[in-house]
Amino acid sequence: MVIKLLFGIVLTVLAIGALLLMLAVLGGILAGVLAPFVGSVPVSYNFRSIKSRWNSTIVAILGIAGTVGVFVAMLSLARGFKATLVASGSPGNALILRAGSPTEMMGGVTLDAVRIVQDAPGVARDASGPLVTQEVVGVMPFPLISTNTDANVQVRGVSPNVLRVRTFVRVTEGRMFQPGLSELIVGKNASKTYSGLTLNNTVAFGGGHWQVVGVFDAGGSSFDSEVWCDGKLLNELLKRPDNVFQSVTARLTSPEAFQQFKDSVTADPRTNVDVTREIDYYAKQSTVMTKLITILGGFVAAIMAIGAVFGALNTMYSAVAERGREIATMRALGFSSTNVILSFLFEALLIALVGGIIGCLAVLPLNGLTTQTMNFQTFSSLAFAFKITFDLLLMGVFFALVMGILGGMLPAIRAAVRPVAVALREL
Amino acid sequence: MKFRRLILANLFRKKIRLLLTIGSFAVALFLFAFLSVVRDAFGRGADVAGADRMFIINRTSIINPIPLSYRDKILRIPGVKVITHDNWFGGVYQDENNRFPQFVIDPENQRQVFPELIVPDDQWNAFLKDRQGAVVGARTAERFHWKIGDRIPIKSTIWGKGNWEFNIDAIYHGKRPQDDETQFWFQWDYFQESVLDRQKGNVGWYVLRLNSPDDAVRVAKSIDDEFSNSPYETKTETESAFAAGWVKQFGNIRLLILSIGLIVFLTLLLVTGNTMAISVRERTGELAVFKAIGFSDRAVLFFVLSESLVIALVGGLIGLGLAVLAIPVLAKGMTGLLPTLFLKPSVLVSGLIIAILVGLASGLLPGIGAMRLRIVTALRRV
Repeated sequence: MVIKLLFGIVLTVLAIGALLLMLAVLGGILAGVLAPFVGSVPVSYNFRSIKSRWNSTIVAILGIAGTVGVFVAMLSLARGFKATLVASGSPGNALILRAGSPTEMMGGVTLDAVRIVQDAPGVARDASGPLVTQEVVGVMPFPLISTNTDANVQVRGVSPNVLRVRTFVRVTEGRMFQPGLSELIVGKNASKTYSGLTLNNTVAFGGGHWQVVGVFDAGGSSFDSEVWCDGKLLNELLKRPDNVFQSVTARLTSPEAFQQFKDSVTADPRTNVDVTREIDYYAKQSTVMTKLITILGGFVAAIMAIGAVFGALNTMYSAVAERGREIATMRALGFSSTNVILSFLFEALLIALVGGIIGCLAVLPLNGLTTQTMNFQTFSSLAFAFKITFDLLLMGVFFALVMGILGGMLPAIRAAVRPVAVALREL
Repeated sequence: MKFRRLILANLFRKKIRLLLTIGSFAVALFLFAFLSVVRDAFGRGADVAGADRMFIINRTSIINPIPLSYRDKILRIPGVKVITHDNWFGGVYQDENNRFPQFVIDPENQRQVFPELIVPDDQWNAFLKDRQGAVVGARTAERFHWKIGDRIPIKSTIWGKGNWEFNIDAIYHGKRPQDDETQFWFQWDYFQESVLDRQKGNVGWYVLRLNSPDDAVRVAKSIDDEFSNSPYETKTETESAFAAGWVKQFGNIRLLILSIGLIVFLTLLLVTGNTMAISVRERTGELAVFKAIGFSDRAVLFFVLSESLVIALVGGLIGLGLAVLAIPVLAKGMTGLLPTLFLKPSVLVSGLIIAILVGLASGLLPGIGAMRLRIVTALRRV
């Protein structure tokens, strides 16, 4: 009881402390930014002081730049991974899996269920019939171009009308496969990542020979890392029972038709399936990897920030120490201690801002750079790109300013509170 | 050490700066240790592989099965000592986020093939007698607070039937720190009676041990030849090749971690080096006085170097010490996301060496500057 109470008190004190620190940091940033307008020490003084200690300033800038760079790069990686998977889902599509199975890899939807889906209300239709693709997925080893070792590629057996269900997918080179023939179309990233998956090439897998007849662009989604072929053939190849599919994707007449469609399919006693929006399914698939990258990146950036703040503190403290007499002279001339604090905060923020901007600029070339890793949920490789957005850059710069204030606040206060007479008498 | 007091006095001249510099070093070395641990975790597999173990998977893909009937044919191939088989169960406990590897094992040979995963004999015997028994790795047991005797449901995502009930009969530990302690094993017989007819008699993969690791190439070829042109062609690889294949699939993640580590390190090196330079620069006058009263150039260099070395060593030791304390806690937090995180002693040793080198390097430039100082110029400054 007593321990619990003590623990509670400690926690409360910590929370209040954190809150105060946050307020102080935000207040510091505000004060520093406003310093040129409200303070009376001219800004040119700061520029000259930076110039006279340029080497230690550059180091402080680099420290902050490095931290911001790592921070932005890691976050953009996590975002890119998520964006790739989220882009795979269309808001107007519904994904039907066997009840209780969390991923497509493990589904088992029967042909009867497919028929029910095709006839359900809300499913879009065109001249060829209902826009529904029943699919089979497997993973096949193909050699990576980079290391020449095998990596698993997701192979998706689809219905011939798949391009009308996933409308964002376009065949950019060659043509669509012919139903019933051993032909493949490959995603643009898969084509670039694995040897042999180029147009008009013939590859052997699963005991058969397949001709690559087309390359498709799936708009940066995870399908770009896949290989597609006729679902019936893939089912035979994988020795799976006929008429059982792993997932069914239906294009709906509109995103609003989803609820009606879902109710109708799940209410049918002949089906045992879960219906989700395609977009939700893919967002969920990205969680493990996104969480991993965010935690790792956040942790590394946080620790590194401590180091960078130490660096900034050192720079600012030595600036204060070296200028002890100067500051005292200013005070003696009539500048108030508030003005001195403001001036130092401005200087710290200036250094941090430059560091933050350099850090952001340094990682900007990473934007769009494609990398590839294994998606834990499907056991197959997935190509994705760094995605640096404007708000990430803003976050990076803000992070830099926070580091600047943490490094500048204490030295600034120390500069201001030192008694003028003592400082003047030194040396 | 005749100058000990002088060096100490110099060190403590600016206490805040001393603390900050030591702190920067500690942060750098902590990150070094952490990133090495993460990098190792992504490369895990190669360092747990047994030299005499081989994996046999379906040539079409790892998710395709192989018939159990192949076992006796494989055992007949000379050079094969013992063989076991596994199936991937792919279940979750309570919630989809609670993932961990579950294997359907062959209790008869499991312990001969994986001798580094140790189960106490009495627990193992209890497991053998219990059809619904399960053996669980120490880390997973800890993660879900399972104790021996608990009855737990695992929801299958592949094999249907919803929840499967298991009794925790045994907990295994790895002999070495890198061994995977997250697996969950249960009996082949229980599995067989619960799956659909068409799924019966199929194993996910075989693991065999050789009489001699030198035989690996020949045995792999004989096995794959034996089953070529059968409906289930096989692919046989040594465990390390198999693991390396998995690791490569993570792609550039390792490279990414390495480059981040490098940036982090260079940044912090700059920061500390700069501090040393500042502290020497501030003392230019003093150093000139030392030289004026007869200390040699080398003695002055020695003062500066020993100061930076002390800072680097103390900071490095603090950082590595924190890493030793923090990594087990972090490892617990990351269970389910990353394989076992653990600190290899070699990382600590190389960390310490790096700290010493960085300490020397950061003291060297200002030290040489101090050594070359012309007394007259230095004294005239200020």
